[in-house]
Amino acid sequence: MDNLERRIVTALQRGIPVVPRPFAAAARDLGIDEATLILKLRNLLEDGTLTRFGPLYNADRLGGAFTLCAMSVPAHDFERVCLIVNAFPEVAHNYEREHRLNMWFVLASTNAAQIAAVRRRIEAQTGYPVIDLPKLDEYFIGLELAA
Amino acid sequence: MTNLDLVRATQAGLPLVAEPYAALAAQLGITEDEVMGRFRRMLADGRVRRIAAVPNHYALGYRANGMSVWDVADEAVGELGPRAGALAFVSHCYRRPRCDGWPYNLFAMVHGRDRAEVEAKVAEIAALLGGAARAHEVLYSKRILKKTGLRLA
Repeated sequence: MDNLERRIVTALQRGIPVVPRPFAAAARDLGIDEATLILKLRNLLEDGTLTRFGPLYNADRLGGAFTLCAMSVPAHDFERVCLIVNAFPEVAHNYEREHRLNMWFVLASTNAAQIAAVRRRIEAQTGYPVIDLPKLDEYFIGLELAA
Repeated sequence: MTNLDLVRATQAGLPLVAEPYAALAAQLGITEDEVMGRFRRMLADGRVRRIAAVPNHYALGYRANGMSVWDVADEAVGELGPRAGALAFVSHCYRRPRCDGWPYNLFAMVHGRDRAEVEAKVAEIAALLGGAARAHEVLYSKRILKKTGLRLA
């Protein structure tokens, strides 16, 4: 990443306004023109520096349901369980972590009953219990990573 | 045409063109004003947090990702949780239930360039929580097994 790209990534994490030409104002602040900013953003998405550019939805407030699940999976069985878990479209993220509870995933759906049903199906298909850790409160402010 | 149509149309991202709301409007068969109005309302009530770039932590050099989990006294977590969430380096902070064999009720995600940086940040959280935190652990991520983002299809 060059210096301009770093400034773009840092600035655009804060967001663009809802106006007809939202990139024009952001470009002005960065001292570049609108077309350059858009081109740079496309490049940053293409090379994987950005995973996404767009609205960050709050699933809860949209009426969605989600929860964080954890499993303790023996090493010899990890890949099999991973394939089963990842095959569910309701599984949004899945991380391997260094802990006795070594598989952590988020289940998301438009309805809460579906979340519980998927959790039970994962338990049945893998043979391991799934710990359900739904969010009770959100103390979220948001992160700006210095690029 | 509902908000859910708009959500579906933008889950993968906003069109990267000079007039992205007009482009969405054309795609959905509504006016640009209606698209902008819906986004303004969803921003105002928190259904949309912001319209922004989401960086890949690894690509920015943040290779260490630690989920710090804390056993915080129930009577203190309501006051201390928001203060932990307000720390600049905490990306997500939630209260979750304790359960059998899992005493931790506060989760704070910390990113750093390496583990030493994460550990220094975790020490800052520990200082903030003080005696209200009886125990904590840091669960480092080893591998991303799946990351498709939110899908409400």
